[in-house]
Amino acid sequence: MTSTAQAAAAPELIQLLTPDGELVTDSEYSPYLADVDADALRGFYRDMALTRRFDEEATALQRQGQLALWVPLRGQEAAQIGSGRATEARDYLFPTYREHGVALTRDVDFPQMLRVFRGISNGGWDPRENNFHMYTMVLAAQMPHAVGYAMGIQRDQADWDEERLAQEGTAVVAYFGDGASSEGDTHESMVFAASNQSPVVFFCQNNQWAISVPFEVQSRVPLAARAAGYGFPGIHVDGNDVLAVHAVTRWALEHARGGGGPVLIEAQTYRRSAHTTADDPTKYRTTDEEESWDLKDPLARLEKYLRAAELVDEDFFARLSADGDEMAARVRREAMDFPDPTLAQSFANVYAEAHPLVREELEFHRRYEAGFTDADPAATPGSGGPR
Amino acid sequence: MTRMTMAKALSTGLRRVLEENPKSLLIGEDIGRLGGVYRVTEGLMADFGTSRVIDSPLAESGIIGTSIGMSLRGYKPIAEIQFDGFVFPGFNQITTQLAKMRARSEGRFGAPVVIRIPYGGGIGSIEHHSESPEALFAHTAGLRIITPSNPHDAYWMIQQAAACQDPVIFFEPKRRYWLKGEVDTENPAQDAFSAQVIREGTDATIVTYGPLVPVALAAAEAATEDGRSIEVVDLRSISPIDFDTITDSVRKTGRLIVTHEAPTFGGIGGEIAARVSERAFLSLEAPVIRVGGFHMPYPVAKVEDQYLPDIDKLLDAVDRSFEY
Repeated sequence: MTSTAQAAAAPELIQLLTPDGELVTDSEYSPYLADVDADALRGFYRDMALTRRFDEEATALQRQGQLALWVPLRGQEAAQIGSGRATEARDYLFPTYREHGVALTRDVDFPQMLRVFRGISNGGWDPRENNFHMYTMVLAAQMPHAVGYAMGIQRDQADWDEERLAQEGTAVVAYFGDGASSEGDTHESMVFAASNQSPVVFFCQNNQWAISVPFEVQSRVPLAARAAGYGFPGIHVDGNDVLAVHAVTRWALEHARGGGGPVLIEAQTYRRSAHTTADDPTKYRTTDEEESWDLKDPLARLEKYLRAAELVDEDFFARLSADGDEMAARVRREAMDFPDPTLAQSFANVYAEAHPLVREELEFHRRYEAGFTDADPAATPGSGGPR
Repeated sequence: MTRMTMAKALSTGLRRVLEENPKSLLIGEDIGRLGGVYRVTEGLMADFGTSRVIDSPLAESGIIGTSIGMSLRGYKPIAEIQFDGFVFPGFNQITTQLAKMRARSEGRFGAPVVIRIPYGGGIGSIEHHSESPEALFAHTAGLRIITPSNPHDAYWMIQQAAACQDPVIFFEPKRRYWLKGEVDTENPAQDAFSAQVIREGTDATIVTYGPLVPVALAAAEAATEDGRSIEVVDLRSISPIDFDTITDSVRKTGRLIVTHEAPTFGGIGGEIAARVSERAFLSLEAPVIRVGGFHMPYPVAKVEDQYLPDIDKLLDAVDRSFEY
């Protein structure tokens, strides 16, 4: 048997900080770190550490019955902080449902994010405040939204010259994962983005597992290689290297902003925890594999560099730990104090304009509920259905 | 007053939307250079440019999904799905995303996209080109669904859909695209989300919408030979349904026949029958009778005449109502 299939050439894996904490120079991407000074490096570490602490607290809250579900991101902090910190406030980001670290870079208040997982809201926060869209649970459904949003931006900026685009242009980031890469919406979004040359960066966190299904079931080639088929650049980056992720995302945003069209980034990372708190990874992956990725942990890697370069001292870590605990305590306190929603609010948000059926059913609901608080015990709650 | 076809009325209505709302734009397959397979958008790309009349890649989920995204950026997309049977690749975007955006954002914003879909049979076409999927969308909260039956309504209702702050699915009865009628461009049609009594009568009511409105009117006319006075209600809005207008009519006539091309089972007629039994049970002289498609995939064109409700089937239903 002969095979004529040739695997697509994998773009080179970009790495600017090795797992041992050694800096690597790359002529294309290292310049994008020129202004990443000691403060910025410590900032990256702080963001990643606070994100991890938040993740731990949310996981604990779920275990204690305070959240219906939690979606841990442990292991993906560098991919999220590195990319999120590359965006401008005016850019608009479409997350999946695991981008808690990106949310931090957009100043979304952590407790707000728990409203979704506590059964209070299906949106959580106001996306327009931080240009950080609501989480989308239907895999890849947000991808064409991101492209459409970018098509709107193109129309807003239609008469801008290249210089203005480069300086003030707005771009969109569409986050997705290796599982969602198989969805038709991912394909269609890339077709539309290429067709329109839209300013969108497709940012894939390939965390190797779509719940229990390994990456090779989704694709036989690195996802970054697929970009060539659509006719735009594909970048394969070490997703546990916050510096490399940051540099390539800045490159991609610059490319998109300036009118160069879309870019696909595949960040190689690993979901060190479960898919969700309802998942049990011991059923589908080995301890050996998990331990091999522990050695590539994004926080440990940056810590090695920071310590070797003497950019941090013990006090830095002690203060960060205390700040994390304080943040976690606030998250817990505020999450527990969220007022319960009412079904009446659900009625209110189905339509923008008056709707007779919604009005009728709300009246029925109120009448029915009122029946239970009637002083007269003989009163029949809710006489009849909606009329 | 101007006499024109429904296709021309829709085209003229869309032109007015594009003229009056600078954020509005059209997107769909073949709607630009070709002007749409039914020529509803003919000339609009030439007059408004490729930025506002977009020939999209051939992908329905992408059309709906990018329309949602453009809407989030402040634009007002009016998307075209080329044929009823081709809406399903976009079904996920419509039901899980478009319909829920306002609820998910807790009322902060919605995605008031308009989706135009030519629907219905009677054109002798091949499969997937003659379907009536409206009930599948009516079941989803967050959407509004309307369908005009004549050029005047078509001209105004497409503009009303474009002005609506909620997503609207706009079903166009494709076999009536060439139906001519008077369009009064000065005096707007009534609210798009309300039903209209288009023929008054006293003995029975036929409720219908879209392509079957002319059929119901013809049946009502034929029934006069039997001395029966039939009232005809053009539903116009499938979601929400204007039950007040239907109930008022039934209270007057005591008999109700609901007809649509879509399969009877699980269809809009069943919903109307149930509501009328709740609201006007004691006014009914006979059970509500539904006349619709059979529980089968839309049949091949050679036999579609036996599948579609027609004048005789409606008169038969009227007879059954009186014989009850």
